[in-house]
This record gives sequence, structure tokens and C-alpha cells, in this order.
Amino acid sequence: MPQGDYIDESIKKHGRRLDHEERKRKKEAREVHSRSAHAQKLHGLKAKLYNKKRHNEKIQMKKTIKMHEERNNKHKSDDQPVQEGAVPTYLLDRENQSRAKVLSNMIKQKRKEKAGKWSVPLPKVKGMDEAEVFKVLKTGKRKTKQWKRVVTKATFVGEGFTRKPPKYERFVRPMALRYKKAHVTHPELGATFCLPILGVKKNPSSPMYTQLGVITKGTIIEVNVSELGLVTQSGKVVWGKYAQVTNNPENDGCINAVLLV
Amino acid sequence: MGGETKYHPYVKPNRYKKNDPAPRVVPPVGTTVVAQFKSPEGDVCGPPLNLPADVTPEQLALLLNNLLENEDPLPYSFLVDDTEIKTDLHLDIIHGLNRSTEDQITILYRPQAIFRVRAVTRCSASLTGHTEAILSVCFSPDGTQLATGSGDTTVRIWDLTTETPQFTLEGHKNWVQIVAWSPDCEILASGSMDNTIRLWNPKTGKAMGEPLRAHSQVITSIAWEPMHANASCNRFASASRDGTVRIWDATLRKVLLTLAGHTAPVMSVKWGGEGLIYSGSRDKTIKVWDAITGKLVRTLEGHAHWVNHLTLSTDFILRTGPHDHTGKRFATKEEAHAAALARYAAATHDGARKERLASCSDDFTIFLWEPSTGKKSLTRMTGHQQPVTHLSFSPDGATLASASFDKSVKLWDGLSGTFLTTLRGHVGAVFQVCWSSDSRQVLSGSRDSTLKTWDVKNRKLRHELPGHADEVYSVDWSPAGDRVASGGKDRVLKIWRH
Repeated sequence: MPQGDYIDESIKKHGRRLDHEERKRKKEAREVHSRSAHAQKLHGLKAKLYNKKRHNEKIQMKKTIKMHEERNNKHKSDDQPVQEGAVPTYLLDRENQSRAKVLSNMIKQKRKEKAGKWSVPLPKVKGMDEAEVFKVLKTGKRKTKQWKRVVTKATFVGEGFTRKPPKYERFVRPMALRYKKAHVTHPELGATFCLPILGVKKNPSSPMYTQLGVITKGTIIEVNVSELGLVTQSGKVVWGKYAQVTNNPENDGCINAVLLV
Repeated sequence: MGGETKYHPYVKPNRYKKNDPAPRVVPPVGTTVVAQFKSPEGDVCGPPLNLPADVTPEQLALLLNNLLENEDPLPYSFLVDDTEIKTDLHLDIIHGLNRSTEDQITILYRPQAIFRVRAVTRCSASLTGHTEAILSVCFSPDGTQLATGSGDTTVRIWDLTTETPQFTLEGHKNWVQIVAWSPDCEILASGSMDNTIRLWNPKTGKAMGEPLRAHSQVITSIAWEPMHANASCNRFASASRDGTVRIWDATLRKVLLTLAGHTAPVMSVKWGGEGLIYSGSRDKTIKVWDAITGKLVRTLEGHAHWVNHLTLSTDFILRTGPHDHTGKRFATKEEAHAAALARYAAATHDGARKERLASCSDDFTIFLWEPSTGKKSLTRMTGHQQPVTHLSFSPDGATLASASFDKSVKLWDGLSGTFLTTLRGHVGAVFQVCWSSDSRQVLSGSRDSTLKTWDVKNRKLRHELPGHADEVYSVDWSPAGDRVASGGKDRVLKIWRH
């Protein structure tokens, strides 16, 4: 045994003092106070180093406590309510591809079609009188005849339309205001698609505008939705659906519409 | 607008239009072709034969049955360079493939199932009961029972004779993702989102003890040990999103082995017939494990994205075990075990034909492997334009069907992996495909709410089965062949029959 180890030697010979455990406990219990006093006294670089050290110690402590607590933790899944919208394993963690609902209201739509009424996003629109929609086109050698009209609003002209001979053409639909496509928003998906127009279903201002294919704000148009992949109950692909125009196409140069679902 | 005047554009008559003769399909009388039969294994059968050019498949089958000295005539299909002879040799091969009658033609023959599964055409029952989407539909190996797992945390067993609900198995705390029957139909295992596996007795509808806890995440797949390897059918493997595969003993109710190694969720596990376990994971690898020791045998690498599903060429035999198309019942386990061994031996030609594994991935490709021989893939099959989510080998192992989010089902040769055809018709992502037990039809279930059956021989749509109101998540064709069951987001289980 080395010479200097007289303390160890004494403990081995005579044992510790009788209140050793008690004193040790008390000293340990006081330790937080002494530490705090120490920490408060420090300043400068030493304080920085000390605080860094203490910070790391605390992290370790918290981690151990958490590990011990894990045992008696109630696990989350045990009392969590079951979520809605179950998906099979192969669809787990995949991006939720937004997708159109199955059209269970096909019949409803048909019924409405017969009645000629829709519950539409824009229920009331300003009426358009003929003076606003048509411009008089003066014809004849002396420009005295005034029976021709030029449509001044956006129009849809069906494919394969050939203009009548000038003598019989009362309404002129200018090429510059003809549209083939509309930007249609699906209200449930919140997505917008550029879809081909199939026809004008109803212009609320006048049946004559409907016949002419005039598209103004509030007009119901039929669009080709085949690329959205909507399917009916019987498994058929839906390709024509109605949409209501929400902007003034003649001012904006494009047609924006909302799909009626 | 009034009546529209039609303007007929002037069409210049084409004076030089030739009268194209109708394609000559009838060979000159007496034309003969030298042909040689070859088995799928590549063995030559008989001498080269001098056949009339307009020989039909029926006549070829007659000839081949004589050559092979079959006691009972078997049906065969005949292929030349992956083109099937449908009407006669001259029309399909010499005319269709522009082959000369002077060359020797090698005709590959393939035995076909001696029974026929009738096409499903109508919905015989729409069974309501589940209150959330049906996630998994599974027929028992003998085709007499049907179980479904659902998002409403229950498993249901349905009575197939009356097509009514039989038992509701309650116990899971979260969505039931997968149900799997033991090969002897005595135990039904279900894996759930609550990280547990439960075992049920399908005869009484009671749970067999407490749930099995060990996984720390969702159970994604369960595979039972095939009957021919173990007569007592008490072991199964489960894969989980926590990246481990565990092998369980169903009677001792404890984990035998834990196969750790994957670094991402394991999406599919298969218990092969050669004593190997295959697991495909989202860490892009497939790992092959020894089923007894649990040692990693090899890692199959090649995919560039998540591996979604695995399938084995022997899947159908391993699933059905001793049960064949005759519907024979076995009195004892030993009898069933012997029958399963015999069926497995017949299907693998006594081990001569190695087990092939196909894997599909989010990188739009499918790989074909022979895991027992090496870690190199046999082929890489490209063609899909979206992630491939499900694969299925035909019961005879000769064809592979794949379902993809690109709305198509593709058929591939099961031996070489060459592309056969694309089956288009769905307007939504195809989620699952399965085969009829005679390998003549494929069934696909899709996001567009329909099921479709496809004729493999003509490569055409056979029947369209609309009826579901929403996405079809899971389909299964009964191994007995008489029924198809499908379930999906509309919470209705539909049973389809001829």
C-alpha cells in the first residue's frame, strides 16, 4: 500500500464515522445550492464554459429521465381515436393525389337539365340588352342598310361551322372573339384545368344568345372533362359537364368558369 | 340561325387507286412446313415434322399428345417467337410473322390447365357491414371462406354458401391492413395499424389469445410458411413499416426470429417454397433470408426507388397447398402434407424449375430474379409510365401481370420477362391484379371504381364489372375459381360470379 493512503487505511481499519451516510446525503442535497452559488459567482469566459458544460449535462439528464419514463408511458396509438379515410398499405405515405369524387349526383343534374334551372355559383347576373351585345353593321354600297349585327361579346362557335353567304348572314361572330377553351376550376379539388368547350348550354340573358353561342358572365357552358378521369356509378367515363362562367370574357380575353358538381 | 347550307368540297377522284387484293391467308394446297416441338424448358420433343401449313392448334395438340404418349389428352397452347397460334399455323405465323415455309419452325408448347374457370359476369352479392373502407380481401386456400380487413378496425368473415356475414372479429385498435389465411385454413392472421398481429379461429370467430406485439409500426404484409415445407402450418412471417421482418410461431405465440437489415419500411414479404424468405422494402432493396436460421442470404439490388410488391412464380401453389381444382378434402394433416408435397413437386418439376421472384417499384420498372442461384437479375422490364404497385404471376408461372398507376395492366412472359401486351381500358390507376386459377383470365381492380376481366389468349377485355361506388382497393379470385371478391373505399364487399 502506498505511503500517502492514510485515509483509506484508516477507513479500512476503523470504519467510517457513524453519521457518514447521513452527512453524505445532506451534502448531496445541498449540492444544487452550492452549484447555483458557484454559477452565479462566475463571469466571463469561465462562466461561458461552465454554462456550456452544465447545459450538456442537463440534456443528458433529460434524456435519461425520458428513457425511464418510456416504460410507464401510455402509448399514443392506444388511446388515439381511429382516423377516417383508411387507405391500403400501398397508398400509405404517398402524396394525397387530389381526385374528383364519383359523380353520384348525375341523376340530379339530369333532372335539373329538364327544368332548365341550376343552383349555380352566380345566381344573378346583369342582363344584357341587345344594344350592348350587338353592334349595327352598315352594309350596302352606300352603307344605308342596317340589318346586319356584329356580336361584341365572346362567342363559342362549334367545330365545322361555315359562315353563311353574306346575303343571309344576319349575325356576324368575329373571329377574334371566338373561344375554344375555358379555364375551369373544380370547386372540390381547388384545381383549375384548361378544358375544351363543347357548347353553350344557357345564356341567362336571352335564348337567342344561347343559340348564337354568346358567352357572358353567368353563362352555363358545357366543357369536356374527359382528362379529369371522372367516372359515373356505372363505370362510364364522364366527358361533358357544365360550368358557369365567372368573369367577363370580352374584357379579360379568357374564359374562367366553375364546374357545377 | 335557320337551316344551314351545306357546302360539299370537291373531291378529286383518284383514278390510280388500285384494287388491293384481299390478303391471302389460304395457303396453296399441299404446302407443308417443317416444324419442331420444344418444351418450355427448352427440351426438343420428337423429330422435326412435316406438317401441312394450315394445321390448327387442336390438330397440333392431338399430335403432341401422341408424341408425349400422354394417357389422357392434355390441352396445350403453341407459340412461335412469343406469338400464339390461334387459328392456324399459316395465318398466324407464316402470314402474320412473315416466315418462310422453307425454314424449320420451332413451336414452343405450353401445357394449359385441364379445367376452365368460367368468367365472372355479374355481381351476386353486395355485402354491407364494414363502416370504413375495405383494405384487404382474401379467400381461404381451399376457396370456401372469405375474410376482409377494414379501416373500421374489424375483420369480417363471410359465409360463402349463403353470401351473408358470418363473424365480426373485433379487437384491433386501428385499421386492419392485411389478412392472411394459414395454408391449412385453421388460423386467420390479421395485421393492423396498431402495430399488432392477431390470430383468429375462423370456425368459431373467436380471437386466439392476446394480440402479438413486437413490431413498433404498421404491419404491412403477412406470409405463412407453405404447407409442403411444414405440415403443422404454425409459422408465419410479418413485415412492418419499422423495417423488420419477424418470424412467429403461431402455437407458441412468440417471435422465433427477427430479420433486421432493411433501413426503410418493408412493404412485402413472401415465404418461398425453397426455404427462403423474401422481403422488399422502401430502401430499394430486396433481401433474401434463410427461413430456418434467419441469416441474410443475399441482397438483391437494382431498383432505383421503393420496392412495392413481390411475387413468386410458385405463389399459387404455395398459397393453395394441397387444394386443387377438384375440391378434394383431406382427413388428416399428413395426407394434406403429402398432397401439398406432390403438387409442389409437380409444379417445380421436382425442383428442376427454380423459383423466380418478380418485384415492382416506384421507378416504373419490374425486375425478374432467380434468388436461389444468384443476385443478378434475369431481366429488367420497362414500359410502365407510372409507379407499378402490384404484380401477380399466373398460377402456371408462365405469365406475369403488373398493375400500375398509369391506368394499364401489362402482361410479361414469366420465364424470359419479355413484354407481351398492354391491357388498356381503365380510366384510373390500377391498384391490384389477380389471376383465375386456370391462368386464362386476369382480373384488375382500379381507382375508377370498376373491375375488369381480361382474356389472356386474345389479350382483350373480357368483361367490365362496374358496381362499386368508389375506388376498389383489393380484389381476390377464389382459388376454387367460382367467385371473385372485391372491396374498396365504398365499404361494400362485392362478390362476383358467372
